[in-house]
Amino acid sequence: MSGQAVTMNGATSGGTAPVGVGKFFSLENKWIAPIFITTILVVGNLSFGMLESYRKTGIAIVASLVTELILSKIYMGKWPILASAYISGISVGILVRSPAVWPYLVCAVVSIMSKYVLRVNNRHIWNPSNFGISVLVFLAPETVATLSIQWGNYLLPMIVIWVLGSVIIARVRRFNITGTYVMCFILFAFVRSWITGSPWQSEVAPLTGPMYQLFIFFMITDPKTTVKSKKWQCIVVAIVALAEMILRLDQVVYAPFYALFLVGPAALLVEYWFELRLRKSVLVARATA
Amino acid sequence: MKRGPIARIVLAIIFFGFVFSPLIIKRVESRRAESRVRLDAASALARHGFYLREVAHAAGVDFVHQAPVLDARLNHIMPQVASMGASVSIVDFDRDGWADIYVTSSKEGAKNALYRNQHDGTFKDVAGELGIADVNQAGTGVSMGAVWGDYDNDGYEDLLLIKWGKPELFHNDAGKGFTRVTEQVGLPAWVNANTAIWFDYDGDGLLDFFIGGYYNENVDLWHLASTKMMPDSFEYAKNGGRKYLFHNLGGGRFEEVSEKAGISSRRWALAAAAADLRGTGHQDLFVSNDYGVSELYLNDGKKFHEAGEATGVGFAPKSGMNTSFGDILNQGKYAVYVSNISEEGVLIQGNNLWVPKDGTNSGELKFENLAREFGVEIGGWSFGAQFGDLNNDGTLDLYLTNGYVSLDRNKSYWYDFSKIAGGHALIIEDAKNWPAMEGRSLSGYQAKHLWLNDGSGKFIDVAQSAGATDTYDGRAVAMADLWNTGALDVVVANERGPLLIYKNTVTPENTWIEFALEGTSSNRSAIGAQVTLYWNGQEQVQSVSGGSGFAAQNQRRIHFGLGKTPQIEKVVVRWPSGKTQTLTSVKIGEINAVKEPS
Repeated sequence: MSGQAVTMNGATSGGTAPVGVGKFFSLENKWIAPIFITTILVVGNLSFGMLESYRKTGIAIVASLVTELILSKIYMGKWPILASAYISGISVGILVRSPAVWPYLVCAVVSIMSKYVLRVNNRHIWNPSNFGISVLVFLAPETVATLSIQWGNYLLPMIVIWVLGSVIIARVRRFNITGTYVMCFILFAFVRSWITGSPWQSEVAPLTGPMYQLFIFFMITDPKTTVKSKKWQCIVVAIVALAEMILRLDQVVYAPFYALFLVGPAALLVEYWFELRLRKSVLVARATA
Repeated sequence: MKRGPIARIVLAIIFFGFVFSPLIIKRVESRRAESRVRLDAASALARHGFYLREVAHAAGVDFVHQAPVLDARLNHIMPQVASMGASVSIVDFDRDGWADIYVTSSKEGAKNALYRNQHDGTFKDVAGELGIADVNQAGTGVSMGAVWGDYDNDGYEDLLLIKWGKPELFHNDAGKGFTRVTEQVGLPAWVNANTAIWFDYDGDGLLDFFIGGYYNENVDLWHLASTKMMPDSFEYAKNGGRKYLFHNLGGGRFEEVSEKAGISSRRWALAAAAADLRGTGHQDLFVSNDYGVSELYLNDGKKFHEAGEATGVGFAPKSGMNTSFGDILNQGKYAVYVSNISEEGVLIQGNNLWVPKDGTNSGELKFENLAREFGVEIGGWSFGAQFGDLNNDGTLDLYLTNGYVSLDRNKSYWYDFSKIAGGHALIIEDAKNWPAMEGRSLSGYQAKHLWLNDGSGKFIDVAQSAGATDTYDGRAVAMADLWNTGALDVVVANERGPLLIYKNTVTPENTWIEFALEGTSSNRSAIGAQVTLYWNGQEQVQSVSGGSGFAAQNQRRIHFGLGKTPQIEKVVVRWPSGKTQTLTSVKIGEINAVKEPS
């Protein structure tokens, strides 16, 4: 989920930068996404007690921030903007469910480290928290699960999160990703229902949960780990939804995480390969000209 | 990246170290776990100080629980909806000094059984002749549990039977028969209850009782008005059954006072138990709820004050299915064990062992969950559990049964279950939206857990090596010294399975003592009486229970293991009336009868 703040930040580059208080409250502000996810966490926990504990979430956030600070200073030679690391930490704190403490620490550290280790063309290719969570649920299924339940049953908070999330995502021009994914998920839910004979409501049910709210607003829209063209963003996210459907037909509980884990980096590599080819052909064209 | 290749290689090594650290942690933790090797009796006796042998059939008990068959509109998920009802309670109904066993069945027309102890190692079912067998007649609902308490202080334990249906109270007529007194008492017409306990919450010497509803009491599971009867959330459900607190007015009359007494929850209660957790002389009420947080009702002698969140036990919602108390560190304080669900790769709630925090006084009771630290956290789809000193070494051990629905071994319903569990209330509460089980298991065929307490904060699972090797869908566990040998035997009621009696053989090196309490100004059953044993420089507290675990009741007699060379300093009995009695002359290796001084 990290990287969303970079989107907010990046969005300022094309416009007039607000100043002072106006800057803080402007949607271009890089802290809007962290504030949004913090609001979800605080309201969710105060209302429904959604966290395993404040301590575990705190550990995830601190581990994430500290790892980012150290690695950025050592390997990038600068102090980082911590917004994206904060989102990664808080995402781990919300999405990881374990009675043990160590998964929160390990997941946060692995998420951030993956940005510095798993790089192609000087760019990380896995969404950090998607990578961390996928690794953890794959290697430690006896200790770790992910958030899979509702935060209470009130319709209003869910609508507020959907509306707020959609507005924010639209302002940073990535609603095409979220919208395409949701449409594909619903379409594939009916396909799954038709194939398996399960009630369609049970196939759509996961989408109504908070895990998916975080997944579709923060994880799949991460600008650092999505392709550049809007059209291809839609195609890639449709492939993510398709991969998820296939995994779900095989009754894989963590299908969305694994689907993004598999498709996201592959799309970036293909994009990189196309860019290389394009650059080469331009060079060849220039040389022949 | 500004750093050179060496720095990046170092980073990569550290990174992959973190990535694979779960495998290392798993390896370390598995080394700490007890081997799953099964031992013969002699080896188990030598290694653990006891062994269990399943003897139900040899003891003349061939009881098999039958599950409910509910409205046909639930057929697609029937195994998981009709998944409770196997219960066991220990009672000496005829006052002959030997523990008898009452068990429930849950199919319309199926009979409950009361196994009278024949004193020769066998039991005989006398429920039919005494009038408490045929209690699952069509239209009245079916049995879910039973607890015994002498509500009229005539010396004989009376039977409170809870059902998904009409609850019943049977008066014990001097051990020679039972008279149904349900109407006189004014029990509600229908409660879908899975938990009930006897306790004297106001200390007036008359036993009161609590009933916790599970499904809403307006739901007739055999004739559904609507399929919207499931919980409206997997962890935040509040559309369950109401709670009842019946205050004993004397003369066989009761008054329902739950609202007045401060109990008005609609959570899905599965396991209630009461103990004086703060040393106030009043029994506090702990309710473990399915689909939500636990509730702790602190008792001021007249009213209850819900303090689950304030004390720490009601913060994180799970799937509570058991409440049992045990002084696991021999420090005169109760820990509370609440069982939940853990399924590898899907859902890891972990069971809770709520241990009172050091330094908390009676006014500021706080608990912390130390299940992981103590090694009793992961127990599968856990149900009933009980504390008891199974090897008489002086520390309380923990027996946990588990397993939800055992059908096809090779097909799991978990994926579909997890899918619907995450859905919004509008989806999850309607049974028709739930995918069909189609013969698939849901946490079936699970190995049981028997954790031996080493006395220093660690429990080691010895179930397989000590003889608890069944894999039925366990529900209720009760402990009792069935044959008056000074060893706690374990009785397990299984859903759609046989009643198991694990006879316990303990190394004779370890000694024991038992106390059979009888109240005079307190309730005669002495439920709520607390015995603190001081020996060898340590203390352990236990109390007489009117129901604990899941759908279970242990023997009323209190059993202490003492270890090898015990020096008893004193025994302090605190009666529900408030009287305190100190015993200095007690007999080790015997059952000590203790009557409340007048």
